[in-house]
Amino acid sequence: MIVEFGHFALILALLVSAVQVIVPAAGASFKDERMMRVAEPAAISQLLLIAIAFFALMYAYVTSDFSVANVAANSHSTKPLIYKMAGVWGNHEGSMLLWVLILALFGAAVAIFGTNLPPTLKARVLSVQAAIALAFLLFSLLTSNPFIRLDPAPSDGNGLNPILQDPALAFHPPFLYTGYVGFSIAFSFAIAALLEGRIDAAWARWVRPWTLAAWMFLTIGIAMGSWWAYYELGWGGWWFWDPVENASFMPWLAGTALLHSALVMEKREALKVWTILLAILTFSLSLMGTFIVRSGVLTSVHSFAVDPARGVFILAILIFFTGGGLTLFALRAKDMQTGGLFQPISREGSLVLNNLLLVTATATVLVGTLYPMALEGLTGQKISVGPPFFNMTFGPLMIPLLLALPLGPMLPWKRGDLAGAMQRLAFAVLIAIVAVVAIFAIGHRGPWLAPFGIALGVYVMAGAVIEWANRIKFGKTGLGEAARRARNLPRSAYGTLLAHFGVGMLVVGIIATSAYREEHILVMKPGQSLAVGGYNVTFTGVESGRGPNYKEDFADFDVKRDGSSIARLKPSKRVYDAPPQPTTEAGIHASWRGDLYLVIGDGQPGGGYAVRAYFNPLVRFIWLGALIMFIGGGISLSDRRLRIGAPSRHVPRAIPVPAE
Amino acid sequence: MMHRYFAIVAFALTIFANVPASLAVQPNEMLPDPVLEQRARNISAELRCLVCQNQSIDDSDAPLAADLRRVVRERLVAHDTDQQVLDYLVARYGEFVLLKPRFELSTVLLWLTPALVFAAGLTLAARAAARQPAAEAKPLSEKEKAEVAKIMADGGP
Repeated sequence: MIVEFGHFALILALLVSAVQVIVPAAGASFKDERMMRVAEPAAISQLLLIAIAFFALMYAYVTSDFSVANVAANSHSTKPLIYKMAGVWGNHEGSMLLWVLILALFGAAVAIFGTNLPPTLKARVLSVQAAIALAFLLFSLLTSNPFIRLDPAPSDGNGLNPILQDPALAFHPPFLYTGYVGFSIAFSFAIAALLEGRIDAAWARWVRPWTLAAWMFLTIGIAMGSWWAYYELGWGGWWFWDPVENASFMPWLAGTALLHSALVMEKREALKVWTILLAILTFSLSLMGTFIVRSGVLTSVHSFAVDPARGVFILAILIFFTGGGLTLFALRAKDMQTGGLFQPISREGSLVLNNLLLVTATATVLVGTLYPMALEGLTGQKISVGPPFFNMTFGPLMIPLLLALPLGPMLPWKRGDLAGAMQRLAFAVLIAIVAVVAIFAIGHRGPWLAPFGIALGVYVMAGAVIEWANRIKFGKTGLGEAARRARNLPRSAYGTLLAHFGVGMLVVGIIATSAYREEHILVMKPGQSLAVGGYNVTFTGVESGRGPNYKEDFADFDVKRDGSSIARLKPSKRVYDAPPQPTTEAGIHASWRGDLYLVIGDGQPGGGYAVRAYFNPLVRFIWLGALIMFIGGGISLSDRRLRIGAPSRHVPRAIPVPAE
Repeated sequence: MMHRYFAIVAFALTIFANVPASLAVQPNEMLPDPVLEQRARNISAELRCLVCQNQSIDDSDAPLAADLRRVVRERLVAHDTDQQVLDYLVARYGEFVLLKPRFELSTVLLWLTPALVFAAGLTLAARAAARQPAAEAKPLSEKEKAEVAKIMADGGP
């Protein structure tokens, strides 16, 4: 009964969204305020209805109602409660429901918090937002309905793929989707602005917080996926340039560019047309990511044919919104007034370079991801585009980006002095040089470029701190004065500091772990020891055990450092009950220096077990960097200037921050 | 069935649709010579496991990947250069086996995308910059200077 209730609510949501598309847009055209105001209750009721549908499905999962086809296909009665709940989005139909739920959540948030938006703009934004919801609700109901019943109901379900039964992965899709879908707001604002034929700095001020929120969640979502892959897939890799990974990475790259161009638009009214285009492209990439993942078109050209209806439907949605958006852009963009002027060497100029490099990187990933499919479709020739290609093309694009990253914030708006900015960065360069020397002193082995890569990351980290120190005039005035300036600095400045610092950490982590990873593959018998990463690891044996829904063989390793035992690691091999599938669980000992990572393999004919032992130096910097970027985004979002609906501060600042 | 399985994994994972690889390279596969073994590992990372979704033979525990790893090592022991090993595998399995496609007519666009996009963007930006009137602020005229002085003297507007 509750399931039918959810099904009915989803159909009602479809109807409400249809009303929300038409009435407010018509109202905006006829300047009819009553019609425009329909958007708000419609957006809120749409959210409530989709939430009812979502929780009805979750109820079916929690109560293990196997008469629901979706539950029977993806759940199992013995599964722990948390994975029953997470199981809702651990499959195609349920994840689409989560997608529309988040979409509706963003729409309702604009309806509720967008009180200071001009009425016609707000009506149009919510109308476009509802159009996206309408398309995906139709998709859900027509091709991927999660509420279909089975008769007779099976006695138990098929279970969730065991490698997905993991806390990081359980919450990875909601974060990722919040990121993907959050860019829909930027898209809706862009389309609404094109319809209005008007765009100004206020527009950027409204769009920025939404873009920032989406970017934050996408950042942490991707990082969670990467972290999961690292400890779950059993060989310590953390990024594979897989099509589905690229699908989430492309909107992230474009969204990062959008975040920066919207900044220029807000502060200087420049790059208006470009920002609009970028907003359309970013969400189009999100849609394409959904298409890539949902249709399975890239994992195999053949799986597209397994369920052509779904793939074709999402392709149609993608073409409609991207094509429609770009057509509207082509028609209306030239009417947009261009704004503030600037010289190439300026804050604006540096942000143009940022955008240029990020967009080139996005295009590289896009073409690399789609090229094999396109080539096979056109000529029948089958090629592969994998990690070696992306590392070779994407990597070099990041070098100028990282070199220029600390320079941008040092340059004033309009017209800057490159030499002066570089002078201020001299200290960062010095620290980077010290890092290179230190690495060679510690004992460098491996690619000769690696120390310079790490130095680049250190330079970015130092640059972020120096920029902050400059702004508070650290060392130029008294400490008390600097502290006062530090307190008065807007939160967005701290957001920039943390986000840029996080990028530097990420780079250090990536290069360190890629270049200096230590690996041992060997057969070990109980009692044997191995020296790895400054640890002495002794294998004591293998035992069998049982978990809630799996049985496992786990090895026992005694980890010693400087002769004293500091940890016992128990990497294991599991076989789950339903579906019966093997997984490996790595044994990891984390420290600031890096991770000791142990994996146990099969028993060998001559006795003993195959063992893989790794030391991954500074690998945690990768996810810690992403986390710091996420926190930086959050702090920036809490800035009064960006807080939605917060009254503008009229009291002039006690100390005007000079425009340097 | 396999497609269905892969599809479910891909859907549920959203990203990282990799099948777990427990132990790709087995201890008994490894060559005694560490230099040769390292070359084998490097080559393996460039080769696609043909039956996997998107894994190199170095990462995959599929039986075919193990066979290919063995072939790579056999060729290296037979004194092939790295390039000869790659050529040997391309001859047997086609271009599809290379994770980094060769630069040829059919992959020109792929390889040149970064350069082309960057150049196009740079051209557009330069053209936009040329179109905009000089942002250089003109120095104040004598009359304006007098006006400023007057305003300043009055204690602001």
